[in-house]
Amino acid sequence: MSPVEIFRFALAGLAANKLRSALTTLGILIGVGSVILLVAVGNGSSQSVQNAISSLGANSITVLHTEGSAAPTSSSTTAFAEPQDLTTADAQALAQAQGVSSVSPAVSTSETLSYGASSDTASLTGTDPSYFAAEDDTLSAGAYFTTQEVNKAQDVMVIGSEAASDLFGTANPVGKSVLVAGVPFTVVGVLATKGASGLSSADNTAVAPLTTVQDALTGFGTLDDVVVLAKSAALVDTVEGEITSILDLRHHETAADADFEVLSASTLLSTASSTAHTFTVLLGAVAAISLLVGGIGITNIMLVTVTERTREIGIRKAIGATPGVILAQFLTEATLLSMIGGALGVLAGIIGTQFTIVGVKPVTVPLSIPLAFGVSALIGLFFGGFPANRAAGMRPADALRYE
Amino acid sequence: MAQPPPAVQAQPAAELQPVIRLVSVTKTYGTGEAAVHALRGVSLDVVERDYVAIMGASGSGKSTMMNIIGCLDVPTEGQFLIDGIDTSSLDEQQLAVVRNRKIGFVFQAFNLIPRMTALANVELPLSYAGLRAAERRRRAEAALHLVGLGERMAAQPRQLSGGQQQRVAVARALVTAPALILADEPTGNLDTRASGDLMGVFDRLNAVGRTIVLITHEADVAAHAKRVIGVQDGQIVADRRVTEPGALPPLLGRPAVQR
Repeated sequence: MSPVEIFRFALAGLAANKLRSALTTLGILIGVGSVILLVAVGNGSSQSVQNAISSLGANSITVLHTEGSAAPTSSSTTAFAEPQDLTTADAQALAQAQGVSSVSPAVSTSETLSYGASSDTASLTGTDPSYFAAEDDTLSAGAYFTTQEVNKAQDVMVIGSEAASDLFGTANPVGKSVLVAGVPFTVVGVLATKGASGLSSADNTAVAPLTTVQDALTGFGTLDDVVVLAKSAALVDTVEGEITSILDLRHHETAADADFEVLSASTLLSTASSTAHTFTVLLGAVAAISLLVGGIGITNIMLVTVTERTREIGIRKAIGATPGVILAQFLTEATLLSMIGGALGVLAGIIGTQFTIVGVKPVTVPLSIPLAFGVSALIGLFFGGFPANRAAGMRPADALRYE
Repeated sequence: MAQPPPAVQAQPAAELQPVIRLVSVTKTYGTGEAAVHALRGVSLDVVERDYVAIMGASGSGKSTMMNIIGCLDVPTEGQFLIDGIDTSSLDEQQLAVVRNRKIGFVFQAFNLIPRMTALANVELPLSYAGLRAAERRRRAEAALHLVGLGERMAAQPRQLSGGQQQRVAVARALVTAPALILADEPTGNLDTRASGDLMGVFDRLNAVGRTIVLITHEADVAAHAKRVIGVQDGQIVADRRVTEPGALPPLLGRPAVQR
């Protein structure tokens, strides 16, 4: 009995009940298709998060001022130093480091901006013009303020698109005067929309010269952060290291009680991508369950088939089919069902990934295709095994009597 | 276990080899109170070229005998040999091979496989024997010509009359050139005319040397045989020799039986 013959018998067996075979196949099709599609959706959303993060500025590094270790420990005070302020002098020192393109010291505060009757609470940042490049900002109207305006501490500001629409509606804000804590600022530019980043809107902002904000609002204490722009994305890690060692030296701190924190897009990226990976695995697991259900469908329908064809099995055995041949025939039928379903599922999955699903453009994970198809073939063998074994074990005399 | 009664032994011609040999065969279904003794010690030899009818009412044990002779079931006690092979030591796999090589079955319900052509049905035992496609086809066509169905080879069972289906089954039974053709109530589902045609086929097969065992409860079917064995309550109660195994069947060439 050659495998070709067994394959022919199995095909004939499936063709004998086309509707049933098609419906069983559908179970596997949906399982395999959804594994490929959902993994692609997970992968796609992870990539879009990564793109969003890197669009925030893959080259920029933020140095945050923190409280450090507040209280000295009782005995071992040798290496301990009081937490220090982050100063403009620190920022100037950082600008000397290798691979640094620009350094923008910044203070930030939340202020109420008002224009006529309308007002808006926005985050106000005081900084240098280089800040805009480091934050990947672009203008939709007007211009950035200049270094000269910073040096002269002039009352000018650039506002975010949301702040602009809240205060001015559709009118052009450029040249208008906005009151912040009683100080009038002239709007010189409006930033293009960036979209939400995390919980807060990146567009409900106002940016003014560092000197002006310190003078009028925050005072000349510590900087809140320093935005450092590396010359290239590849240099980000090196620059992070330099920043840490320069500031440690200047503040007489060690890593254990540092009074600052260094954040870069790559730090955020690694957090985000591990979250996205969990998400993808979760989606894949849900899809895998539907594949399992499809497999149970195969067991079910093969049991029905074997019972229904008991008499045929009896005849085949009477004229010389060995248990092994009967086993092979029914296993082949089950595996064919699952593999046809698997192949169609791959097709359905690939077609499905061409569409945008709930705002996510799916990106196919190449490995998911052979994996899902291979698992579907194994499912046929595994879930077809029990019914096929039952067929092979039938006693011919009983099987022939079956009505 | 009941003691086997004295066996009613046939006296085969000396030069003919036994095709089947049952030695004190018993078959019991179930155990204890519920035990059913289907066969209570049957001894029987059937030699080559013989044409034997086993007669009995339903429940007499003739179906159990047919299952044992056909290697579809094994005896509880005693020995069964087919073509010299002791079946008691064989597993299911080996029994399947014995059925394939040594026995050709003809059933009351025809038992062709639906949705397969007559030719494919006849080829099936050859497929299980592992023959190549061309050889299978040649032999299956020859067998179908022999039973007079050379024109209907591409027909599916449901497109054939009962008589034609049963002749396909006969072709399937003889295509492997088995040591024994075993027919279980072969005319049970056929009308008088088709029965007569079918018995004519059996007569001709026996005349060219095929060993045939028929199981039947109809006397006019049994009349075609050279030897008639009566079974009752799981025992052989009659054994009538009509013609010697080497002779021609008694009704060969006669017109279809009248009922």
